Amino acid sequence: MELWYTDQHTKNVRFSMKVKEQLATCESEFQRIDILQTEEFGKVLVLDGELMITQKDEFIYHEMITHVPMAVHPNAKNVLVIGAGDGGTIRELIKYDNIERIDMVEIDKKVTDMCMEYFKETACGLSDRRVHMYFEEELRYVRQQHDKYDLIIVDCADPYGPAEGLFTKEFYGTCFKALHEDGILINQHESPYYSEHSRTVQKAHSHIQAVFPYSTVYQCHIPSYPSGHWLFGFASKVYDPIRDLKEEQWNELGIDTRYYNTNLHKGSFYLPNYVMKLLKMQ
Amino acid sequence: MEQNPPKAGLTQEDTPIHCALEEQRINRLAHFDVPGHKGGRGNKELKRFLGDTCLQLDMNSMKPLDNLCHPVSVIKEAQELTAQAFGADEAFFIVNGTTAAVQAMIMSVCKAGDKLIMPRNVHRSAINALVVCGAQPVYVNPGVNRSLGIPLGMSIADVKKAMDENPDAKAILVNNPTYYGICSDLRKIVQLAHERGMYVLVDEAHGTHFYFHEALPVSAMEAGADMAAVSMHKTGGSLTQSSVLLTKNSVNGDYVRQIINLTQTTSGSYLLLSSLDIARKNLSINGRGMFEKTMQFASYARNEINKLGGYYAFGEELVDGDAVYAFDTTKLSVHTRDIGLAGIEVYDLLRDEYGIQIEFGDIGNILAIISAGDRNLEIERLISALSEIKRLYQKDRAGLFDHEYINPTIAMGPQQAFYGKKKMVPIEKSEGGICGEFVMCYPPGIPILAPGEKITKDILAYIAYAKEKGCFMTGTQDMKIENINIVEVE
Repeated sequence: MELWYTDQHTKNVRFSMKVKEQLATCESEFQRIDILQTEEFGKVLVLDGELMITQKDEFIYHEMITHVPMAVHPNAKNVLVIGAGDGGTIRELIKYDNIERIDMVEIDKKVTDMCMEYFKETACGLSDRRVHMYFEEELRYVRQQHDKYDLIIVDCADPYGPAEGLFTKEFYGTCFKALHEDGILINQHESPYYSEHSRTVQKAHSHIQAVFPYSTVYQCHIPSYPSGHWLFGFASKVYDPIRDLKEEQWNELGIDTRYYNTNLHKGSFYLPNYVMKLLKMQ
Repeated sequence: MEQNPPKAGLTQEDTPIHCALEEQRINRLAHFDVPGHKGGRGNKELKRFLGDTCLQLDMNSMKPLDNLCHPVSVIKEAQELTAQAFGADEAFFIVNGTTAAVQAMIMSVCKAGDKLIMPRNVHRSAINALVVCGAQPVYVNPGVNRSLGIPLGMSIADVKKAMDENPDAKAILVNNPTYYGICSDLRKIVQLAHERGMYVLVDEAHGTHFYFHEALPVSAMEAGADMAAVSMHKTGGSLTQSSVLLTKNSVNGDYVRQIINLTQTTSGSYLLLSSLDIARKNLSINGRGMFEKTMQFASYARNEINKLGGYYAFGEELVDGDAVYAFDTTKLSVHTRDIGLAGIEVYDLLRDEYGIQIEFGDIGNILAIISAGDRNLEIERLISALSEIKRLYQKDRAGLFDHEYINPTIAMGPQQAFYGKKKMVPIEKSEGGICGEFVMCYPPGIPILAPGEKITKDILAYIAYAKEKGCFMTGTQDMKIENINIVEVE
């Protein structure tokens, strides 16, 4: 017998992987959560049928969402992570000794519980003493913060489910308010490739641009995500991601990474023409 | 009197119109009747847009589907179930909006020259009915909350005074609640009216939910009113334009049906009718839970918005036992003037900057409709957007028009003024004239000026300010609202 899991990349495009076994499944208040063991991608976390992370390529996503801002703002002490229930982003952040506090706000505690049990490879950092977890509506949490964080990372699912509110202008505005005067906001910015999603990319970018003085996107390649071509948003109050890259300082930290390096950092901000056109950067 | 019971065997779980319609769809009749799109085959683009099922269900009256003008089978049964669900003796399905229900209600009890007692802050549909049938309004000035600038309900002393001065009045019309969620003491008004042989007509355009949760203000039927116009589509979950007229046996239901048929279409839409049928079932079975959730959402949003500072989301604390006898806690009304912005400005910012559409903004307030269809997510978005609007757009409140509701002066009846000889003058030169048409902001659709009312300096200042702030003005012949028709007085 063959068992295949299919992720619907668009209405007309599917991506399938052969499944060894289903490790866990549950229905939370917000969504259905599945963890599968696959032949090619190792463990896979699936929310409401949509692929979130795979054991094989999650390092690309989690390194790029954390080390890029940390190499621009290596003195960040207080970090807020939105979503990130699988723990991968936090696993990368705790590599920095100077970070004093990491607040994580995730709407669905079940995701974190499941990952702590079945996806220890990503969830391993969640028990770090600097990590404080809050399980509540993200917009509500951020709205109540003022001038508190050096870095906010929005590590969320795509905007067609519980994460919809994290792609709105009011959310980016409340993030601006919650950041210090030299704060940085990084967000998961979807893929520009398929027309079904490119409008989301465009809208999210224009919302962030309306709020932050510096706003751009950077890219990486994540094989299991739709089209493989993935974007992150970099928005800040003062820092330019290339001009203010602290290359030497970061390399001296000796942080072990499999994807990220400071040359790639610079390169990731140089975008294909069609993406620049989409984001009206030309 | 006894309520007419639904046909034996039918329960609130049943949906007679819905079932009959579904059966006809499955029967795949060959249609040589209207509508001419014939299941969408004749209009493929519309079919793609609205969906196959929707077009296939868009059928005309036929024997198995009954007839809205003269219901004898499935529509009759569905109306009886609706009457039962709302505690009425009879229910009439309306497909021309609650406007038609309000007008049918008034025209069922008033003829030309008859007096109708009503608060001035009624919807335009009520005054329209007077233009059509020639009844005379006796206005009760609503109470006014000066700091919020909103009209309230009617005080019992004012109602009693109007009744004592006009013992020949045929009926009294009551908003239950107003657009802002404010209720008058309906039980007491019913008692006073019935003691004097007057009918009580209730505009429940914003009160469908009152019938399904005990913590909400009393409904018209429970309070003993004679008729009520209930906008099922507003908070009851049916399709836009569908509505219900409820009556007690104190009025002649067969006559009411004749009045409805004077103006209602003879091609009632089965999409609208089946939506009423299914919405009634849903309300009967799940209504209490739905409105419990709605109240929780609204109460949470009120608390959070009040914590933001500057905004005032008002609630039950307004209740004073008189002109605010009760408050509908599902309504989320927010006073915005203390952040230096007119309600209409906040309304526009929410839509244009944050992609959030709310029900309306007036000079001092905004109103958001909360329903069982809402989720935490949308509620949080609204609160966060209000927080951002305050952070980014807050102004000094100096210079904001300190508006309060203006009680009008009546110079002649609405019908006399509307059909009288009129001339068009520039609006700024109309002071002192008698208005021959309506002027209102839409929504809420409560006239600033109605036919027969004196045009005063205060009212003109209000209109100019509302236009400047971007309110959507309607009612006059002149689409730009730069000229107004005034009555030529000999």
